[in-house]
Amino acid sequence: MTRTDPHDVPRPDARLHFGVFFQGVNHWTVWSAPDSGSQIDPASFRKVAQTAERGLFDAFFLGEGLRLREVDGRIHDLDVAGRPDAITQLAALAAVTRRIGLVSTSNSTFNEPADLARRLSGLDLLSEGRAGWNVVTTDNAWTGANFRRGGYLDHADRYRRAAEFLTVARALWDGWDDKATADSVAAPAWSAPGAVRRVRHRGRQFDVDLAPTLPRSAQGHPVIFQAGDSGEGRDFAAAHADVIFSAHGTDFDDALAFAEDIRRRLRAAGRPEDDLRILPGTEIIIGATEAEAEEKKRWIRLQQVTPATALGIAGLLWGIDLSDRDADGPLPAEDPVVADNDGSFGARRVADPRTVVAEWRAKAEAAGWSLRETVIALGPQRGHVGTPSGLADKFARFVRHGALDGFNVTPYLIPDGLDDIVDLLVPELQERGVYRTEYSGTTLREHLGLRAPSAHRPVAERQEAG
Amino acid sequence: MSGPALHLAVELDGDGAHPAAWRRAAHAPDQLLTPRRVARLAAVAENAGFTLITLDDGVLPPGGTQDVVGRIGAVERAAFVAASTSTIGIAPVVPLTYAEPFHVSSQLASLDHISTGRAGWVVTEEDRPQAARVWGRPPVVDPAARARESRDGVEVVRALWDSWEDDAVVRSVATSRYLDRDRLHYIDFTGETYAVKGPAIVPRPPQGQLVVLGRPDQVPAAQLDIALVEGRDTASVAAAASTAGTPRVFAEVEVALDTPEATAAERVAALERSAPWVDRGRLRHIGSAAGLVAVLAELSRHVDGVRLRPLVLDEDLPVLSRLVLPALSERRLTARPLPGRSLRSTLGLDRPANRFAAAAVQEETR
Repeated sequence: MTRTDPHDVPRPDARLHFGVFFQGVNHWTVWSAPDSGSQIDPASFRKVAQTAERGLFDAFFLGEGLRLREVDGRIHDLDVAGRPDAITQLAALAAVTRRIGLVSTSNSTFNEPADLARRLSGLDLLSEGRAGWNVVTTDNAWTGANFRRGGYLDHADRYRRAAEFLTVARALWDGWDDKATADSVAAPAWSAPGAVRRVRHRGRQFDVDLAPTLPRSAQGHPVIFQAGDSGEGRDFAAAHADVIFSAHGTDFDDALAFAEDIRRRLRAAGRPEDDLRILPGTEIIIGATEAEAEEKKRWIRLQQVTPATALGIAGLLWGIDLSDRDADGPLPAEDPVVADNDGSFGARRVADPRTVVAEWRAKAEAAGWSLRETVIALGPQRGHVGTPSGLADKFARFVRHGALDGFNVTPYLIPDGLDDIVDLLVPELQERGVYRTEYSGTTLREHLGLRAPSAHRPVAERQEAG
Repeated sequence: MSGPALHLAVELDGDGAHPAAWRRAAHAPDQLLTPRRVARLAAVAENAGFTLITLDDGVLPPGGTQDVVGRIGAVERAAFVAASTSTIGIAPVVPLTYAEPFHVSSQLASLDHISTGRAGWVVTEEDRPQAARVWGRPPVVDPAARARESRDGVEVVRALWDSWEDDAVVRSVATSRYLDRDRLHYIDFTGETYAVKGPAIVPRPPQGQLVVLGRPDQVPAAQLDIALVEGRDTASVAAAASTAGTPRVFAEVEVALDTPEATAAERVAALERSAPWVDRGRLRHIGSAAGLVAVLAELSRHVDGVRLRPLVLDEDLPVLSRLVLPALSERRLTARPLPGRSLRSTLGLDRPANRFAAAAVQEETR
């Protein structure tokens, strides 16, 4: 490819931001390799976080699922499962890292704002301004079965609750004036008079009246992340979030279309276009040559999509139990069953399985693929595969054209899956001037180049019309 | 009993047991809620040879308007401390009156993983009715109802810890199975006010079950590993200990010690001018380090350990560390925890069998 003049692009000075997503629940994490380590040992989390920090990543990110996944009422046993509580694990990592952001996925449906805001605030203070919160919503009674309130929330109210949750959380985070605490033990009181304000909020979801127990952190508030891809989710991000994750980071045109859509929504929400960072999730597979990288990808896909996993993925598409079929044989002869997905396996809902199956059948027959090969070739596609320099060129183009601000990298191997990226790809990006050569700030907000949250919104004595 | 005669725990919340302790702290108020402060106190306690740190907590401000109104959550502090220490046990206070037992179970199991088996849990009650609004729940005012919430909550938390058998992760390449689903268990708990399905989302803690501490008048003895008992003198502590019915008993002891700068009595008097040190019916030693050693030696005949609540951490912890713990160690009344030991094993407690695994084996052999 001919290298374009870097000044002949919309964002010549753009820099790529990397986060790392320590996944721990789906088939993308290879657990069968000899060098795959523990998914729960604290050393695994430390290794990944410290490697990412060595690579000058913006953030280390943990997910959350509040019920073990099931398929057809039975616990799903093929993929890695069982992970630590995110905020608790991140508070531990705050002690063994110095710069990297620590982002927790936490649910706005099965938490209460006063409690969760306080936990996030504690993480933000212990990490001296490096905390982030990926806001996720749930509505199903299946998850609710683990909680006091059960499945109480209507689907339509998920984002309404999340938005009100954020309003209350931000009010709590702003409850203390800066310099609220005395700077000497000789002061008449521990906190200055009136410097800690009660937060009163009465809305449809929450009725809160309390004095928050924590000051603002070095970055003001935790940074807000959001990952919903629906129109509603994108609007939520455009209205409330600092960073949006997406599944639009593989194909350039798709990424650019997504970014433009988000910028349009930001304008509609009355925010500047640069107020939100776009970080698609991606796998990055690196080889010394293109052929070596492709070979590595093929090996990884075979580890990820075992025969049992292929049958599981196809079973979800067909809507029938295929676990006793031969994954190395042809596609099932039956037509798919169109039925309601109860959501228990996650958000893998297919619009019309008949169309997808027809497409799979045509392509599999043309190429002579087995069921497993078809799942690998046509199942969810993600990731970038190539040499360090080829990938660096490609990523520079993405970021300089405003198709994204960076990637949330999902290593397929724990804990060493990031080593290649840090050791081989990062230097290539730095050489091209699209990646930092040192941390210039200390907080997550500074790493991401985000504005400080507007301090002291008029929150005290707040009464929201319900 | 093998092991030392007396285990030493210390409560490290805030600036000390006295509500005005911050006025004698060695740091300015604005340094309390910082990672340096949290890590430093834990390091001092670990180096001194304590068996266990406890960290008090609650969602409401800890003190009155003149005193400390800020506090980082105990689980977050505990996790942070776990990653910066290596031998000492760490037990956050987590009340269950309103909290979600499922979350509490996940957080504490994670703490045990993070600390590689050094975690404990102090079960308390949230008795201030204002706390209910924080959780968006109706107030639980009746003591019997609070006890019910604690009982049900501890049952759920403990059952969830057992809901993964130790070897549930099988990583069987031959069958493509990461988990053996027969080694995972729904807890199907149904109490008076709520139900919890399970299984946990966190694998079983390294200790199997964390060390659970609580007051025997608030939590059923069968749910506790360590009863925290109170009494104004050794005789009443001994009486409370003899009826606790738990594997281990720790006495609550409030301490104010003579320092090179001031006597304990002078220090207490100075703080009392700002706020009262409320008498909660606990044994209180105000005096010399040697006097405290004598009190603890006497207590060691009746209890397995003590939880010390120092008047002012920055003043009393150094005296404990320089004079009290060395004297107890010299008399072989106490011993510092050994590297690589779990908290349970330091305390001489067995690693508990898994309730579900035991049931499964019974089923098979029937």
